[in-house]
Amino acid sequence: MKIHEYQAKELFKKYRIPVPAGGVAFSVEEAGKVAAGLGGWPVVVKAQIHAGGRGKGGGVKLARSAEEVREAAGRILGMTLVTHQTGPEGRRVRKLLVEQGLSIAKELYLSIVPDRATAKVVIIASEAGGMDIEEVAARSPEKIIKAFVNPLLGLQAFHCRQLAFGLNLSPAAAKSFTTMIQNLFRLFVEYDCSLVEINPLVLTPEEGLIALDAKLTLDDNALFRHKDILEFRDLDEENPLEVEASKYSLNYINLDGNVGNMVNGAGLAMATMDIIKLAGAEPANFLDVGGGASAEMVENGFRIILSDKNVRGILINIFGGILRCDTLARGVVEAATKTGIQVPVVVRMEGTNVEEGRRILAESGLNLITAEDLRDAAKKVAEIVK
Amino acid sequence: MSIFVNKDTRVVVQGITGKEGQFHTRNCVAYGTRVVAGVTPGKAGQDMDGIPIFNTVADAVGRTGADCSLIFVPPAFAADAIMEAADAGIRVIVAITEGIPILDMMKVKNYIEGRPVRLIGPNCPGIITPGEAKIGIMPAPIHTPGGPIGVVSRSGTLTYEVVHQLTRQGIGQTTCIGIGGDPVNGTNFVDCLEAFEKDSATDGVVMVGEIGGNAEETAAEFIQARMTKPVVGFIAGLTAPPGRRMGHAGAIISGGSGTAQAKIAAMKAAGIHVCENLGTFGELCKQVFK
Repeated sequence: MKIHEYQAKELFKKYRIPVPAGGVAFSVEEAGKVAAGLGGWPVVVKAQIHAGGRGKGGGVKLARSAEEVREAAGRILGMTLVTHQTGPEGRRVRKLLVEQGLSIAKELYLSIVPDRATAKVVIIASEAGGMDIEEVAARSPEKIIKAFVNPLLGLQAFHCRQLAFGLNLSPAAAKSFTTMIQNLFRLFVEYDCSLVEINPLVLTPEEGLIALDAKLTLDDNALFRHKDILEFRDLDEENPLEVEASKYSLNYINLDGNVGNMVNGAGLAMATMDIIKLAGAEPANFLDVGGGASAEMVENGFRIILSDKNVRGILINIFGGILRCDTLARGVVEAATKTGIQVPVVVRMEGTNVEEGRRILAESGLNLITAEDLRDAAKKVAEIVK
Repeated sequence: MSIFVNKDTRVVVQGITGKEGQFHTRNCVAYGTRVVAGVTPGKAGQDMDGIPIFNTVADAVGRTGADCSLIFVPPAFAADAIMEAADAGIRVIVAITEGIPILDMMKVKNYIEGRPVRLIGPNCPGIITPGEAKIGIMPAPIHTPGGPIGVVSRSGTLTYEVVHQLTRQGIGQTTCIGIGGDPVNGTNFVDCLEAFEKDSATDGVVMVGEIGGNAEETAAEFIQARMTKPVVGFIAGLTAPPGRRMGHAGAIISGGSGTAQAKIAAMKAAGIHVCENLGTFGELCKQVFK
């Protein structure tokens, strides 16, 4: 789960990680009030969306007076911000973070992520802050420092020294860096983060360290033990169809094509999307109904696929294992009867109880197109949408 | 011959009295798997279809000689269950559970490192040596006993699809393993490839991967350097958009790495026969493994 910068900074404050003075604003007036309360100029007005690259897209403005704050807030609020992470359709800005401007001696980079290959928590730091870290890693890998932490043992003092010396910090700055990284690591573990990133981490002329930016993502699989964080979820930042699907524990991702598809299992769902494309059509979604789907889940999946107005044909590909073909067939018939499906549906079923499933579909009186195998299914659905 | 499990494998099911545990235990038993014990804390002394239930894995191992554990414990308690099994001296742990937090799995991985235990999964369909033992949730009838092909995959139903196509071509399997769709898992591609290379009954291997991470690239390096048997590969997710988690926690293209294109290129360069159209997988295997 992604959260906003201002929310991440609330968590930072809780863990005594220094952030600039500031506050969130939902209107131009509120932005003015927050700015006035900061007691000094300049201030920074930042768009709050779940995507990076906001500065380049015009979503971050410096303001030196109350007038400039109103102007910046007015311009950013409600704008559709397009960055390299939002896609061409962009994101509508509904919230701002208004913060005290800082004097900057140096910009650093700091992040913590799980490393899947080593099963260690890796802390990544660099003197080349404020830039795209992947670019830094590609161009000057020697500027990237990594410390690998065994999650059973936790962060050790030597990790902190390794990072602080690697960043060429003065003894005073190294001391505050060590305290900060210890707190940040604690936050990472206690909230089951899958990413904590500060870019830039600002070194002030007074040798202080302040998190100018904050990006934090939580492990969806661990949300059950962080009920307090659920209120941070911002449904405005998510695709409405995906929000609807998540209510029924369906794994749905909305895409640009016109062939809707419903599959059991994530790997098979991806492979089904691929084969649709190979047949010359474009998938409209990824939908994994899961291993243990009920007839009701199948029905809801169908309804969600159909609420995407681009869908002109549907391919159902089920390999019955735990999800039996007869259960799927009942769900399809139920959904088709209730919603009155207007688009052609190609069904390919295999596996547990496949005969019973085929019988249910055949006797339903519905206009369903059956496919012999995967290749046949993709070909049939691609012809329909051509 | 087979790898990791066979007809002599003695299985204890952790979470045997849950809905999933009961259902799949019965299917495994029906297939001929030797399920010798179940574990549900607090239910020692009871039984499930005559299979004795114990409070702890250690008790189950001590009383029944179980050497393999099949785990259906819910995600919040699954990491603990895996470590309990490893601590009790279980040799092969098969963790079916989907949705274990990544930090929990990282602890598990570090905990079992250096111990004489093999973890398969989590978030996987399990392992089957057709005709001998089914330790997992895969539909049994699609498999063909007797080999000569080994199957290793990161996916569940996609593995069934591939195995089904092998069977339809008259190609049997030695052992089929789902290594799971999570970013941190136990047994990896290389472990399985190495075992299949050594297994005298296996003549070739099918390897099914998907986007995310670099497990397929590592496997490709191993195949090029160390394998003499032919490998047919498939990668799911050519059309997956970057930055989106495609169902499996591990299936995500991040920062330009983990793309299907890069994996396919690495696999082709290593001499793997890569199938680009899943609809023709069985036919390609027929050609390569003839």
